[in-house]
Amino acid sequence: MTRSAPRLLPLAMLGLVVAWAGPALAQKKYDTGASDTEIKIGHIGPYSGPASAYGTIGKTIAAYFNKVNAEGGINGRKINFITYDDGYSPPKTVEQARKLVESDEVLLIFNSLGTAHNASIARYMNSKKVPQLFVATGATRFGDAANFPWTMGWQPNYQSEGRVYAKYVLQNHPNGKIGILYQNDDYGKDYLKGLKDAIGDKIKIVAELPYEATDPTIDSQIVSLRASGADIFFNVTTPKFAAQAIRKAAEIGWKPVHLLNSVSASIGSVLKPAGLENAKGVLTTSYLKDPTDPTWKDDPAAKAWAEFMQKYYPDGDRTSAFTVYGYLVAQTLEYVLKQCGNELTRENVMKHATNLKNVELGMLLPGIKLNTGPKDYFPLEQLQMARFNGENFEVFGPILAGDIGGGS
Amino acid sequence: MNTRPFWISLVAAVGAAVVMVLPRRRLAALILVIAAASILPFTVKNFFVFQMTLVMVYTVAILGLNILTGFNGQFSLGHSAFYAVGAYTAAVLMEHGGVAYYWTLPVAGIVCFASGFLFGLPALRLEGIYLALATFALATATPQILKSTPLEHWTGGVQGIILNKPDAPFGLPLNPDQWLYFFTLAVALLMFIGAYNLVNSRSGRAMMAIRDNPIAARSMGIPVELYKSLTFGLSALYTGVAGALGALAIQFVAPDSFTFLLSIALFVGLVVGGVGSIAGTFFGGLFILFVPNIAEQVSKGLAGAVFGIILILVIYLMPSGLGGTIRLWLYRLLQGTR
Repeated sequence: MTRSAPRLLPLAMLGLVVAWAGPALAQKKYDTGASDTEIKIGHIGPYSGPASAYGTIGKTIAAYFNKVNAEGGINGRKINFITYDDGYSPPKTVEQARKLVESDEVLLIFNSLGTAHNASIARYMNSKKVPQLFVATGATRFGDAANFPWTMGWQPNYQSEGRVYAKYVLQNHPNGKIGILYQNDDYGKDYLKGLKDAIGDKIKIVAELPYEATDPTIDSQIVSLRASGADIFFNVTTPKFAAQAIRKAAEIGWKPVHLLNSVSASIGSVLKPAGLENAKGVLTTSYLKDPTDPTWKDDPAAKAWAEFMQKYYPDGDRTSAFTVYGYLVAQTLEYVLKQCGNELTRENVMKHATNLKNVELGMLLPGIKLNTGPKDYFPLEQLQMARFNGENFEVFGPILAGDIGGGS
Repeated sequence: MNTRPFWISLVAAVGAAVVMVLPRRRLAALILVIAAASILPFTVKNFFVFQMTLVMVYTVAILGLNILTGFNGQFSLGHSAFYAVGAYTAAVLMEHGGVAYYWTLPVAGIVCFASGFLFGLPALRLEGIYLALATFALATATPQILKSTPLEHWTGGVQGIILNKPDAPFGLPLNPDQWLYFFTLAVALLMFIGAYNLVNSRSGRAMMAIRDNPIAARSMGIPVELYKSLTFGLSALYTGVAGALGALAIQFVAPDSFTFLLSIALFVGLVVGGVGSIAGTFFGGLFILFVPNIAEQVSKGLAGAVFGIILILVIYLMPSGLGGTIRLWLYRLLQGTR
């Protein structure tokens, strides 16, 4: 008896606590991965392999959740952020996703990176009914509410961006002739569909030339585009080809209105190799505040971001848009989890993720808001045009909407 | 991560190897291995069952490479290509042909045998490192060919093909992961028995004779060219079947899954398991699946470096591979007790 007393004591206390907390517990609802003290979030990104530059995004997110935890967590719960490396290899993504869901038992997987990589786990995540939230790819397929209700993108998708260019052209060059160069895969065709859907037959498309990702050069396409008489150049290419296109166009003296897809809107990896002088006047779109743009020097949100970088991610590259991206996407998740309150079920997370109404975040360009609905799985669909002035991109003009969602 | 199941299975594998080296006990050993492997999926989490399925898939692929390199002395850095062909054969047949998953394996095997045999014919003119380089070219070309436009309708281009996971037949009380585990286990055992019988046959001895001394082999009347091409084809068949099994387990194929890094991984598994050791290929499979995860746990930023250090240690301490070293220890142990 004397021996069992200490053993029974905690039990009795537990009973008391349960009895006392009973009514309070009734309001709280948890799925696997959430509790009174923590929320487990899974993440998969390429920290090694050919795309390891994207690893910065995962590190920024981790740093942001350290900040959230240091400031008391979300509704009193700490974020337990578990991030794994998939080396940018889809089979490894599958393995890591299963590890997160079945072994680590996370509440959801967040911002997993890569188009093929997210496609490889989409069916698994949806059959398990685990949210695959705010994935890091612009492919339009990740907004398929009917077939993949647990999978949602975040950044403006390629089709929306294509629509935004169409709007810009319709307003500013209604009598132009469009020539298109695009990569012959889903990414290129996504852009093309967006542009064509919005342009209809209002502007003539005089040339539409594909190239293969495996081609050595696209010089001949540029020459043909010029010969077609196009005076608007829609450039849907990845960085290497984008640099070639800008350089070649300058070499042959072709000076069209140059619309460069945001995939390649990088000064370091595209415009510098192409020659900054050649790239002057190139147009693209943007949705976040470029940390190198002097416009935001005294902006309070940019200052808060710089402070965060200083304190929680001092090694991070503060000229890279990836760190801004990671910061913003983590803030979006923080917002959704706050909205969930004490009902941290997977269903409730999706309910709030599909119920974003005009959410504004400091590092988004002023006027750009997050919006979703039960059938609208595209949080960001607004963009602003930006022009390269020889040193950096300058945003200009109104915020343009490229909505393709099912209406919210 | 809970690594306990990993260690349990490692101990089980070593235990199985103990029985295996005892003379005239091979059948008993086989039964023991099957028994241990059959209990496993009911004692661990589904995720680990899935991982062990992948280990077996890689084991079969490494076995294919081992037939080529270990027993015939030909090098290949291109086995990711055959793995990809096997995986895509299975995926395209299931997606566009509506073929049942189990029929895709023999088809994948035949397709890969044919492509391996045909590739082997011209490659015969190349020896050693030159052959390695030619096959390396095959490995780098394959993902690009899979992405190319003429094939896109079938392969799904960069986006790949998503597959369904097969359910257990006959109303067996198994979940899809467990069923696929047993299915893979059965195929892997068949492949192992086939490989074991091959190397212990007349043809197997001819293969090894070519490895050890091609001139002597030729003068003994062995048709060296034919054997080399056939071995290449057979090796591709093994790896292709593994690719088809891998596609079923991962439920997804995409060109980026089959870069030449996969070839390197298979090569690492071959050397770590033991070149010319059939049982050792299993350790190779365990190594390439689990050691990168362990390395990541040690240090996320330096996972590659940690993996490299582990690899160097293994090669330095066990020059004949894990399979060879364990066998050596066991012989010593048994001789000491007698």
